[in-house]
Amino acid sequence: MQSNQQGTTTLQLVLAWGFVGIPLVLGVVQTLINAMKLFQH
Amino acid sequence: MAFLSFLDRSHTVAKPGFSRWMVPPAALCVHLCIGQAYALSVFNLPMTKLIGISQSAPGDWKLTELGWIFSIAMVFLGCSAAVFGRWVEEGGPRKAMFTAGCLWAGGFFLSALGVYTHTLWLIYLGYGVFGGCALGIGYISPVSTLIKWFPDRPGMATGMAIMGFGGGAFIASPLSVWLMSKFHTATHVGVMETFMVMGAIYFCFMMVGAAIVRVPAPGWKPEGYVAPAVSKKLITRNDVYVYDALKTPQFWLIWWVLCLNVTAGIGVLGQASAMSQEMFPGVITPIAAAGLVGLMSLFNMGGRFAWASLSDYIGRRNTYFCFFIIGFVLYITVPYAGGSGNVALFAFCFCIIISMYGGSFSTVPAYLKDMFGVRYVGAIHGMLLTAWSAAGIFGPVLVNYIREYNVTHGVPKAQAYNTTMYIMAGLLVLGLICNFLVKAVDKRYHMKEESDEALASVAAAARA
Repeated sequence: MQSNQQGTTTLQLVLAWGFVGIPLVLGVVQTLINAMKLFQH
Repeated sequence: MAFLSFLDRSHTVAKPGFSRWMVPPAALCVHLCIGQAYALSVFNLPMTKLIGISQSAPGDWKLTELGWIFSIAMVFLGCSAAVFGRWVEEGGPRKAMFTAGCLWAGGFFLSALGVYTHTLWLIYLGYGVFGGCALGIGYISPVSTLIKWFPDRPGMATGMAIMGFGGGAFIASPLSVWLMSKFHTATHVGVMETFMVMGAIYFCFMMVGAAIVRVPAPGWKPEGYVAPAVSKKLITRNDVYVYDALKTPQFWLIWWVLCLNVTAGIGVLGQASAMSQEMFPGVITPIAAAGLVGLMSLFNMGGRFAWASLSDYIGRRNTYFCFFIIGFVLYITVPYAGGSGNVALFAFCFCIIISMYGGSFSTVPAYLKDMFGVRYVGAIHGMLLTAWSAAGIFGPVLVNYIREYNVTHGVPKAQAYNTTMYIMAGLLVLGLICNFLVKAVDKRYHMKEESDEALASVAAAARA
């Protein structure tokens, strides 16, 4: 596991970004699917 | 009381080896939660049927009464950001995030009690006052910390956090609808339980942010980063004390720059659904209009990151010049798009306008840092957010009243918004002039250097 001295590990970075990124991406995809209805006429 | 000392700034100083890339997720933990405010409207209809369940009954709350919840929250957002800005700056990001988390979750729990007892003032107090203060404190809590961690890319760093505020609705909206469907029964609509669950989720999320946030040790710089040898004309290396910033013309010019740009954007954002259907009758259906609003929300979020990141390369003042010049062209194009029935051009104009609306929020902290230095940028940013509150009144009023005036004077609905678009374009010209007048802050407002002893005591705490 890559580490910056005794500081932050790559796993900690992945967990932190996943914690905020996954819900955000799911929400964005859902919104994008709904937005496509604008061009379906 | 030992736990409370964990919240102090001195306990959040990063040890050697801490990655600065842990700080944006910490900021996002807070901003994604408080961004729920943009999705509050999903509760409006269910809260008008708390007694009648399937439809509104006598005694049920009206939409106009519920609309005050958001308005109160916005007022307290501006007030708390202005009043508590200095406390947030001096107390550190962890204490501010913790406080915001408690107020935000507490606001939801109090609102749940308000729904349970059918007492509207409890919701005004819970979501409006407590939630509004959480919005203000939470919004500014990570700003100066991010700027200190990313001196090489301050725009991108604050853009990432403020993007979260725009993106919070994408999570909150489907989550709220899903929770209400789970708790909905024949005897109640499930709003109270949804508030309770959301309060608990948001509290946990925001506490994670408070736990992982760190401030850099005094004198820390990113590896390989060398501050420019020759300082640029509009980027100061000095700090201005929070209340001295208010005495400078630069603060008030930037206040108007933000207010005018946001006024133009917020008026469109709030009325996009009705406006698109009236300008393209029979072409844009209510479902398609909802799709347009969703698309605009994506551009609102993406613009926050993209424009703020771009400002690191082209400068803050030039970024605002882009907002005002491109915005002017797009606003005067909208009536043409409506007249020619060009839906794609109309959607393009609105999406770019909204991206610049978001971009103006995310670029302004770095603009303030360039003008007033890093030391009190969070507090100064807090006071500048009163421009947002003012724009929240001007924008919708301009759009609604001018449309109403036009319709009552015989203008067809499809053309009723044309005058508004030209007025918005005029506002952007005023903003362009204000931005043009922004010059470097006079030296007499600069703070004197902090004592070495004060810096040494913080450094000692970091090593402990």
